[in-house]
Amino acid sequence: MRNIRRWGPGLLLVSPSIVLVAVFVYGLIGWNVRVSLSDWRTAVQSSKWAGFAAYRDLNADLAWSENVHHLLGFTVTFIVGALLIGLTLAFLLEKGVRGEGFFRSVYLFPMAISFIAAGVVWRWLMNPAPGDRSTGLNVVFEKLHVGFLANQWYLGLDWGMSAMAMPAIWALSGYVMALYLAGFRGVPEELREAARMDGASEWRVYRHVVFPHLRPVTLSALIILGHISIKVFDLIVAIGGKQLVTQTPAVYMWILIYDARDYAKGAAIATLLLVGISLLIIPYLIYTVRSEQRV
Amino acid sequence: MPRRIDVGRARVSRSTAARAALLVVFALLVLPAAGNARPGTIGGAMATNCQLQVFSWWTGGGEAAGLTKLIGIWNKNNPSCKFKNETVAGGAGTNAKAVLAQRLAANKPPDSFQGHAGAELRDYIKAKQVEPIDFIYKKYGFTKIMPKGLISQITYNGHLYSVPVNIHRANILWYNPKVLKKAKINAAPATWTQFVAALKKAKAAGVIPLALGEQWTQQHLLETVMISTLGPARWTALWTKNGNWSNKGVTLALNRFKTLLSYTNSDAASLTWQDAGKLVADGKAAFNVMGDWQDGYFSGTKAGGNLALKPKVDYGWTAVPGSSGVYDWLSDSFTLPKSAPHRAAAVKWLGFLGGKRAQDTFNPVKGSIPARQDANAKLYGPYLKWALKQWRTDRLAGSLTHGVVAPNAWATDFGTALGLFLQTKDVGKFQSALKTAHDKFT
Repeated sequence: MRNIRRWGPGLLLVSPSIVLVAVFVYGLIGWNVRVSLSDWRTAVQSSKWAGFAAYRDLNADLAWSENVHHLLGFTVTFIVGALLIGLTLAFLLEKGVRGEGFFRSVYLFPMAISFIAAGVVWRWLMNPAPGDRSTGLNVVFEKLHVGFLANQWYLGLDWGMSAMAMPAIWALSGYVMALYLAGFRGVPEELREAARMDGASEWRVYRHVVFPHLRPVTLSALIILGHISIKVFDLIVAIGGKQLVTQTPAVYMWILIYDARDYAKGAAIATLLLVGISLLIIPYLIYTVRSEQRV
Repeated sequence: MPRRIDVGRARVSRSTAARAALLVVFALLVLPAAGNARPGTIGGAMATNCQLQVFSWWTGGGEAAGLTKLIGIWNKNNPSCKFKNETVAGGAGTNAKAVLAQRLAANKPPDSFQGHAGAELRDYIKAKQVEPIDFIYKKYGFTKIMPKGLISQITYNGHLYSVPVNIHRANILWYNPKVLKKAKINAAPATWTQFVAALKKAKAAGVIPLALGEQWTQQHLLETVMISTLGPARWTALWTKNGNWSNKGVTLALNRFKTLLSYTNSDAASLTWQDAGKLVADGKAAFNVMGDWQDGYFSGTKAGGNLALKPKVDYGWTAVPGSSGVYDWLSDSFTLPKSAPHRAAAVKWLGFLGGKRAQDTFNPVKGSIPARQDANAKLYGPYLKWALKQWRTDRLAGSLTHGVVAPNAWATDFGTALGLFLQTKDVGKFQSALKTAHDKFT
């Protein structure tokens, strides 16, 4: 308490933020968990304790497992696609080309566009109409004599969610590129020169000197893309609406709460999404804090 | 203890620093609350701020055109309380209902909102979000002029909660006469066997036999198949406590639905109901099952975003095969939410909606018949004249997809089971999922 004059004003300054975060983030998370453990399954509110009934219902729900499969398909394609394309774009730009600023902006622009707007345009591009009704990318393929590439896009049973990931990859690969560019630029030139002087080819310089430096960048990108992917809602709704064929957990949660008025089950999905994201972010935070402490 | 402490780079006195910190705390706590105060509540402004907020999903086709006409009449008669059109796109209210639920939960209701007459309103009634409007019926004499069967189906626990604007029929088979001629289909099919034969001929002629749209239109198709197979009495019984979803009639209906799906376009999930109807209008498909708002879209003006086709020449209609003499009815109605921001205007709006002028203005354009029984038949196009005649004699079967026989939660479970069936095509699992849904809600 003797040092309160040193940290007192600082604490006072931060206290509104602490209070607001405590109430509106953690308090509401707690309330959400409470609703998921309650009996509130209809339009009439109820706070009776029901244990894990909603979670058990969810586990038995075939639509839920469908949603999880969709999310997995979407996530894997989205993350791999965005990382590869972002890395490639950064690789192309990192040596410093004429108009680098221009290209960087062009690749970053898609991130500024809302998923709803991007979804509406990509919905047209990915129109699954076959044959003489085809439009969007399908008709482009046909005109270019690669008609066999025309397919059902987001309605495909096996790869539908991977097609759904395309607008997301388009939107976020610029961001990944920016991360990797910073990563590339963070590799000291002396290290590369030293490797070249030791007789390494340019490819080996990349493989053994530069890419290992990019591991932390890849990890950050993975975490960020992962958490965007788990929550994906507006892109799905813009393209596929509420239909089960393209549904993801966030969309199902919306349906359960506002259409079915099954608040406990919807809250259970929200809690599970939070747990999923925490499994990604918390280890990452621990890792970064520890590595900063080591430095 | 230093008299002056360091706050960042500046050296200030202790008391100044403490005062500054307190000021920041105060500002951060108070300003957001002050900024959020609603302009309407401060000073309690009255009619000068009056705006009739009406929430609906009428954003396309004849519905939007009809609504525009109503808005014109209302604004002319009520210049001090102009209409504020709050719509959310998405056929059958698939998105609007969710947005509305959010608004009602946040206690920011519109002055009136669209809801399907029947079981769909039960959620709002049970959650005490709408007021009973028996007094409006008395004041404007609606009980005398609307059909008794309709009034009894929309009464809940002895009270009325909405004013029906129209009656729609869901079990209509729309077709393109030119395509039928090309495919050598001599007459619109009237039985299941004739229907399948016609679909086969259409397929052989190279057109889409049955145009279909996104998932809710597929649920719509399924309900008409079930009504055709089971008949209105057994259909209505399904939604009661003794409803038997495991019987062979339901299995037959589901299998028939599965057969129909094999005659539809592969990109159905990417089409709206208008897109599917347009396939028939453009001659790319032979048949389409949709409610009679399709007539509003087919025959309405191009300026209103419709197709301006000639009835019986460019398009034809008949009851879904097997359901002639059965009216698969639904009704758009408007409610009086609790704590409506402009209640007097809302009551006036409901009185206006149930009146002859509004119903005879709106319905010919929308593609529906009025709920009132004193319609001026001369105002209605060929399809609606036919529908008006059928309404007098047909037996009634309430729609599922449009909120008559089942509340939202049950219809949602039905939709989820349907979505799974569309992927697996497993009739057995679908039927047992439907039985589970019935047991859950009765």
